[in-house]
Amino acid sequence: MTLKTRGRMITLLGLALLAGVYVRAIWFTPIERMQGGAQKIFYLHAPAAWSTLLAMCLVGLASILYLLMKDDRFDRFAAASAEVGTAFACVLLTTGPLWGKPVWGTWWTWDARLTLTLFLFFLFIGYQLLRGAIPEPGMRARYSAVLGIFGMVLVPFIHLSVYLFRTLHPQPIVLKPSAPSLPGDMLATLLFSFLAFTILYVGFVTQRYALGAQAKDPSHVG
Amino acid sequence: MGEILRDAWVVARKDLALELRTKTGLVSAAVFTALVLTVFNFGRDPTAVAALDLAPSILWVTFTFAAVLSLNRAFQLELENQALEGLLVSPIDRRSLYLGKLFANLIFVGLVEAVGLPLFALFFNIPIINILLPLAGLIAVATVGFVAVGTLLSALVIRVRFAELMLPVLLLPFLIPPLIGAVQVTARLLSGRPLSEVSGWLRLLLAYDLVFVSLATMLFSATVDE
Repeated sequence: MTLKTRGRMITLLGLALLAGVYVRAIWFTPIERMQGGAQKIFYLHAPAAWSTLLAMCLVGLASILYLLMKDDRFDRFAAASAEVGTAFACVLLTTGPLWGKPVWGTWWTWDARLTLTLFLFFLFIGYQLLRGAIPEPGMRARYSAVLGIFGMVLVPFIHLSVYLFRTLHPQPIVLKPSAPSLPGDMLATLLFSFLAFTILYVGFVTQRYALGAQAKDPSHVG
Repeated sequence: MGEILRDAWVVARKDLALELRTKTGLVSAAVFTALVLTVFNFGRDPTAVAALDLAPSILWVTFTFAAVLSLNRAFQLELENQALEGLLVSPIDRRSLYLGKLFANLIFVGLVEAVGLPLFALFFNIPIINILLPLAGLIAVATVGFVAVGTLLSALVIRVRFAELMLPVLLLPFLIPPLIGAVQVTARLLSGRPLSEVSGWLRLLLAYDLVFVSLATMLFSATVDE
């Protein structure tokens, strides 16, 4: 099986699981008392945030490995991960306002985490603009690796400023020091969705990586 | 370490000597800063919003713009007559080269800020005399963060198309954490609150400086060596 086909299979599995998430979230998960139906968007929003962050961290790690080993595959992986990260950041930035309107009463607010997610999105865009502006592959790989590492290091600073800036944003409820404070049904749906989004991330990146390999060497069918 | 810093100072002195002979960059950046401050004055309704409420944002947006514009010149300078190649073959450590550029940029941006701050106080009638020392300290800490990332990114973009546009696009997301911190601390300082209220932000700013100065020093060689 070629890499591209494998990527497609994983993506199909991810999409099937995503359909399962919808079914579970809509019909089999209780409605939250304060926020009503709008809260269900979290089953997409939080996992999209996870995939976006995962994408950014893996861009950074692949960049470090590229600078250490100068292996083109790491560069190709970083490029693929950045593109997929941009897509997930779009999901994040569209589902957020959809939830914000009924619950906060506004589509957009300059809440810390919202603002910084937007800047994470800009970071992905900038990364790709830089890649697009350098024609020479070796230079492109080195420069984007440097930017990728910087981007990854910026993420904890983003996270830190969330806690410092007075925020409207719901505080983390799954990954926090004490046990998750979500009712079992909701937690199960959310974790299920995290799984679906992770598999989707892997599927998309695999396909994009295979395309990148093909673009570099058209005779290569992997 | 001593040698690295000594070489860095040589590189910085070269840049500053070039700058001080023509002064074009410095004067343009200072005039630009004054102009941005003037623009801000007309960009608000003085009967509706008190200058003091807007002051922290005005100060930091102005400084951010001034820093971004000034950073473009650091490596642009070296493109002429392939001066960068000359620097690269000279027997100095890459870290010294980066730190030298960083020092020169810091002095350059610091001078521009030294012109901007009194103008800011004058134009918006902001009493800064009593908080001058902590405010200057804050400006120094935040500027180190801005310039550390900016110096490295400006080395990345010089050989790229649309360098002048690419630098702000890449740099601004990185300026957001120090910018938020600087604005928060400035607001507390201007309203006479104790610094202990913002110790979290100060620690964040210091950590940012430390992390990004070391990271950029380490990664600089990847941006200039094939």
